[in-house]
Amino acid sequence: MTKKNKKDVVNKYTGDTWAYTKEVKEHFFKPKNLLMKDPKEKKYNAEGMVGSPACGDIMRIWLKIDEKKDKIKELKWRTFGCASAIASTSMLSVMITEKGGMKIEKALKIKPQDIMKRLGGLPDRKIHCSVLGDKALRAALNDWFRKTKQFARIVAEGKQIIDPNTKTTEADIEEAVLEGAITLEAVQKRTKVGIGFPKCIPQVEELIRFYSEKYYGK
Amino acid sequence: MHMAKKQIYMDYASTTPLDPKVFSAMLPYFKKEFGNPSNLYGLSRRASKAIAEATKTISKILNCRSDEFVYTTSATEADNLAILGITRANKDRTSKIIISAIEHKGVMAVCGVLEKEGFKIVKLPVLKNGLVNLEELKKELDDKTILVSITSADSETGTIQPIAEISKIIQNFKNKSTKVVPYFHTDASQAAGYLDLDVEKLGVDMMTLSAHKIYGPKGVAGLYVKKGTKINPIIYGGGQNKLHSGTENVPGIVGFAKALELSSKNKKREILKVKKMRDTLEKGIFKSIPKVVLNGHKEKRLPNFLNISILDIEGESMLLYLDKLGIMVSTGSACNSQSLEPSYVLMALGKPYEHIHGSLRFTLGKLNTMTDIKYVLKYLPAVVKKLRNISPLNLKSK
Repeated sequence: MTKKNKKDVVNKYTGDTWAYTKEVKEHFFKPKNLLMKDPKEKKYNAEGMVGSPACGDIMRIWLKIDEKKDKIKELKWRTFGCASAIASTSMLSVMITEKGGMKIEKALKIKPQDIMKRLGGLPDRKIHCSVLGDKALRAALNDWFRKTKQFARIVAEGKQIIDPNTKTTEADIEEAVLEGAITLEAVQKRTKVGIGFPKCIPQVEELIRFYSEKYYGK
Repeated sequence: MHMAKKQIYMDYASTTPLDPKVFSAMLPYFKKEFGNPSNLYGLSRRASKAIAEATKTISKILNCRSDEFVYTTSATEADNLAILGITRANKDRTSKIIISAIEHKGVMAVCGVLEKEGFKIVKLPVLKNGLVNLEELKKELDDKTILVSITSADSETGTIQPIAEISKIIQNFKNKSTKVVPYFHTDASQAAGYLDLDVEKLGVDMMTLSAHKIYGPKGVAGLYVKKGTKINPIIYGGGQNKLHSGTENVPGIVGFAKALELSSKNKKREILKVKKMRDTLEKGIFKSIPKVVLNGHKEKRLPNFLNISILDIEGESMLLYLDKLGIMVSTGSACNSQSLEPSYVLMALGKPYEHIHGSLRFTLGKLNTMTDIKYVLKYLPAVVKKLRNISPLNLKSK
């Protein structure tokens, strides 16, 4: 371990570290490629958003794509979340746009580990929920593929299952809300979520509220 | 990174700095008067006397007898002693324990263990304002109930529970039966610096106190146990007649008593001073930052507590930006906890996840000044603005 990335706080039982590296701090305190205002229509080619209010991280990404070269020229973003969520999205935006932009094929292969490596590491338990930048990027690229009718290139996202009995995912809840189901009962009518697995109901209710607010502003 | 020179500590609910007077009182017992209070020679007798004096001081403030106060190493241990001690003395493993949903982890965790052993644990819900639902308490009290444990003021919102009133409810229930149970325990660790600790007036059977929350040393706390309470020790050793074995932390105990004495003496003045600063901070934040929600009770709250949710942004991010400015506060956000679970206290208050993730707790204390408040009010809005610019969220505040 280099001196500048020395981890100053280590839990003696779990080995978990608390400190953020210099790179994380740099991107957290001085985020790059941030989109401060909602863009004008058609300023960007594609848009993607991922995250869950239950976990506390939401990322939204805008892309400008060079169709001929199949390259991402610009990546702008906004993130709700902790320091590692903000820093990892910022770092992703740099990785994608440095050296004149990244080929879409290459961008699709970016993994959370690649972002973490460039950040010089993250506290262990932060990795799972805070590095969502790659998923937001794929969501935005899927949006691009849909818009340009490149349906074969759309990548199915590994969906988080909320209710193991019914295999209901967060995306299913989102879809149900989009279809007008904004109460737990209405969502359950469509998905049967939580009926045999009541433990997940608080999470389902959170998601319904979140997506209702997102799509209907209520 | 530029390190801030200014250091503004606003996390007094976490711990407090040692009062220099407390430190002076403790000093002789580290080196010169190092004796083990259990022995008979002069050196030990002096240590023993120091503990007796300390206990006298504490019991006078609590309005109890000297033999009704037991020293422990932490509030967590005192809570464990109260709850495990009562259940160990009570052979019926199907008994019921009533606590609230906003208890300290020292109560929560031990009740979780007892639940696995077969005890019935009931967590009373709290109202949106943070007050424990007393109607639920009345419904839950039954012949199986051996213990009720409700905090005097929780450590996240500082909402003050009506302990004397709760005691009356339990007393009324007991009057109808012939039993001596349920006993009533309260964790007063957070409340100690600001509320009345007279156990007679409060009507409690057990009460937890902690030195480091009142400008005393860490590693020493204690439990008031009313005489006649059927309770077993949880730590066994040389002290056969005592509820807590092990060589006493003499300097710690001396410091604890001194801290409680000073806190008791200056209570009225401290309340006035800290409340004025807290109110200025609260008003200033609500005035200068849109979309802020208060967590906890508006009035029935410890005078040094301010817990708010700043919508659309996340607590750990705020905490780190504030830390860079030298301001030290805490958050109930999941991102700041070891378990990645958001604060269960704020959840019990019915707060949505999005609000909890953006919660900040300011707890003021003796070393804060109005200049500190002004400093926070000057910089916090800019931090919020910056993080809101980064955030894609736009929640509705109700």
